[in-house]
Amino acid sequence: MDWGLLLTQLMNGLQLGLLLFLLASGLTLIFGIMDFINLSHGSFYMIGAYFCGSIVARGGSFLVAVLIALAGMFVVGAVIERVIARRLYHADHLDHVLATFGLILIFDALVHIVWGPSGMAIPLPAILDGQVTLGSLVLPTYRLVIIFGGLLVAAILGVLVTRSRLGMMIRAGASNRTMVEALGVNIHKLFLIVFAIGATMSGFSGMLIAPITEASIGMGNDIIIIAFVVVIVGGIGSVKGAFYASILIGLIDTLGRSYLDDLLKIFMSLDHAETAAPALSAMLVYILMAVVLAFRPQGLFPPAGVRA
Amino acid sequence: MMAWLPSSISGRCYCILLALLAVAPWIFQWADQPFLLDLLSRGLILAIAATSLNLIMGFGGMVSLGHAAFIGIGAYCVGIPAYYDLYNGWVHLGLTVVVSAAFALLTGAVSLRTKGVYFIMITLAFSQMIYFTFVSLEEYGGDDGLVIYFRSEFPDFLTMQGPVALYYWIFATLLLTLFLVHRLVHSHFGRVIVGAKHNEQRMQSLGFDTYRYRLTCYVISGVICGLAGMLLGNFTGFISPEMMSWIRSGELIFMVVMGGSGFLFGPLVGTGAFVFLEQYLPEFMKFLNSSWLEYWHLPFGLLLVLLVLYGKGGIHGMLSKLDSKTQQSGQ
Amino acid sequence: MTKPLLRIFGLCKSFGGIVATDHVELDILPGMIHAIIGPNGAGKTTLIAQVSGALKPDAGQIEFNGHDITSLSAPRRAQLGLSRSFQVTSVFLPMTVLENVMLAVQGTDGHSYRFWRPVQKDPKMLDKGMTYLQQVGLADRAWHLAAEISHGEQRQLEIAMALAMNPRLLLLDEPMAGMGLEESARMIRFLAKLREQTTILLIEHDMDAVFTLADTLSVLVHGSVIATDTVKNIRANPEVQRAYLGEEHA
Repeated sequence: MDWGLLLTQLMNGLQLGLLLFLLASGLTLIFGIMDFINLSHGSFYMIGAYFCGSIVARGGSFLVAVLIALAGMFVVGAVIERVIARRLYHADHLDHVLATFGLILIFDALVHIVWGPSGMAIPLPAILDGQVTLGSLVLPTYRLVIIFGGLLVAAILGVLVTRSRLGMMIRAGASNRTMVEALGVNIHKLFLIVFAIGATMSGFSGMLIAPITEASIGMGNDIIIIAFVVVIVGGIGSVKGAFYASILIGLIDTLGRSYLDDLLKIFMSLDHAETAAPALSAMLVYILMAVVLAFRPQGLFPPAGVRA
Repeated sequence: MMAWLPSSISGRCYCILLALLAVAPWIFQWADQPFLLDLLSRGLILAIAATSLNLIMGFGGMVSLGHAAFIGIGAYCVGIPAYYDLYNGWVHLGLTVVVSAAFALLTGAVSLRTKGVYFIMITLAFSQMIYFTFVSLEEYGGDDGLVIYFRSEFPDFLTMQGPVALYYWIFATLLLTLFLVHRLVHSHFGRVIVGAKHNEQRMQSLGFDTYRYRLTCYVISGVICGLAGMLLGNFTGFISPEMMSWIRSGELIFMVVMGGSGFLFGPLVGTGAFVFLEQYLPEFMKFLNSSWLEYWHLPFGLLLVLLVLYGKGGIHGMLSKLDSKTQQSGQ
Repeated sequence: MTKPLLRIFGLCKSFGGIVATDHVELDILPGMIHAIIGPNGAGKTTLIAQVSGALKPDAGQIEFNGHDITSLSAPRRAQLGLSRSFQVTSVFLPMTVLENVMLAVQGTDGHSYRFWRPVQKDPKMLDKGMTYLQQVGLADRAWHLAAEISHGEQRQLEIAMALAMNPRLLLLDEPMAGMGLEESARMIRFLAKLREQTTILLIEHDMDAVFTLADTLSVLVHGSVIATDTVKNIRANPEVQRAYLGEEHA
């Protein structure tokens, strides 16, 4: 067993998990509090990457670009909430699906118009582009930055949700919506803030990944599905659930892709294992979801008082 | 009451529509527009798929965001045998029915334990699961898909060779599907499905085990959609996992809602609108500005948002406003 | 002594920290109208929901006709002859009145895995449906949509649907809710006649109705039964007066 490789894969899994968490935490709150399915949440991921990329391309430093882009994402999120999402909260889920599906098409087309059809590479500053040596292990610096950034945001969000007044309203909203309304909280403002924070975090996730993969049209359309799986597995409306489920799914997906063929070779012939492994590893995450749903339909960590 | 003895304006419109579809190949031949027959063939295949989605979504209230998976399954049930030089249509048909039913039974058994948002997300996730499975199957082309060199063969029965013959296969399947769904929703079984859409708890208190009825309905719908996939595989001659991406499932939902969810002919009309837009919206954009051709998703997306905000009931909804008040729509 | 049709032992249910059903013991004798009264929030609807199978109790046991049905699903209980009407009118608004009743007939009339013949063309179903509509006096409204008839008529339809299931025990959750005086009086007369057909567990706010109809009364306060007796004795029971009737009869 190559322990160095295993550790690298664990880091990769953790990185994927944290990126997922940035997407899923906003998604789960919007789901839980507004009962709103936002398929276009992945578009924020893409827009964040493009915002950040264009500022870097105009000579901004990466850090400054991220900060400006985050503010931009908050505004984008707030505008979308105000203009479209707010009018749909009371519509049924089918309407949510259709309208936000339309939004995806609109966002993809707009990005196409503004930035053109080809992707946008985001160069990293030299200081982040190097490698760090930890004992016998060599890791790319930027990978550690992603993990650190993800954990930092998770910690901030955790404190915000559990300690602040806003967090109290958010938690109350996720477990009992009508009660929050009855308490006289300005529900419109709460929804606006939650939606905008969700968009910002989704955008942040896109900014973090873009230097590795480059920003491209539709980049959020696949990862958003995994983020939905995270939301379901973690329990709708639960930030804590989203965190654990993200890490779990990030690890399962990454480790599955690299080790499943070795595992299968124990049971079957080399040939079969090599054909079956990729297919099976692609399914692992969804199988996990099916198992969770079969035994705990409300998810692993549902918010207090929610029964499925 | 009957679709073929309509007393309403919308009913008559649909009758004329079906009659036109029946003679469409002659019209196109006469007008020398073979391309239009292609477009129509594809549209009708999608209409079969959309009608199957309408059965669970429009009548049964089960909003599936993964229905395109069945199109893919049906297509690969033609493609994979063809890859091994097996072109017997009965084998393709049998495989399609069995595999679609099995997939529907397995995924439905899990998904239908949940409701609302969960159901939408789970059907979506299962379709992604099968999508990625086919992407990773290198043997069958993976991402790049498979080419089907010959159409399914039905020796001593009917041929599928030639665009007109294939068109009539598709048209006949569509008619059968519409008839089946019409009978189904008015049968004992259909009443249970429709009732469960409106109030599931009430149905249970009336003694119906709604879970089982819904699962049965889901399987029927999956098989019909699988058949649409089988036809699509034969029609395009090229299949790839892309056919079952969740974007395709979203489009199917659009077709149903655009036409009128929960109405027999809604999906057919909605699919017509979709295929028309997909074909001519890019040309319209190009007409506005020659470099705008690729931006047609922008007005299409806007249309979707507007449809949700202002277009309740879809095209059928608008048509039935023309009907007299006594005529209850959808009956 | 006759054997009770429904027996409830030590039934408990709580939501979060709120106890909705607190060790309820209850026997319902066949052929009786057994009413449950109690102030708002006493847990009456929760109790009905557990009997019908819509809610799972935390503890306790429910016996119907000598069989333990605690673990049976709502549809199974309905098939055994437990039929429920809802406090909030829950008829199927987009269907006709007759279709509503036929659906109820279908529910206990074998299975519904019949895929081809339209229900509307099944003379047996139509006959049965019409019979129940005549019984509640809705026959002339059969072809109207349920959404088009008045609230009182919808409540009658609700009863017709419960009857169409051919119940041994009818669970009626405030059948007179939201009805006018005249409609209520008609419903009371109708329920009084029903006594010959089936056993009824009645929840009702209208005290006149309860005192006219019920053979036995149970008083539910804060989730527990504080007294079960005849109407006359309950009216005289000082504990009941203090806990419940006091407000109105003081």
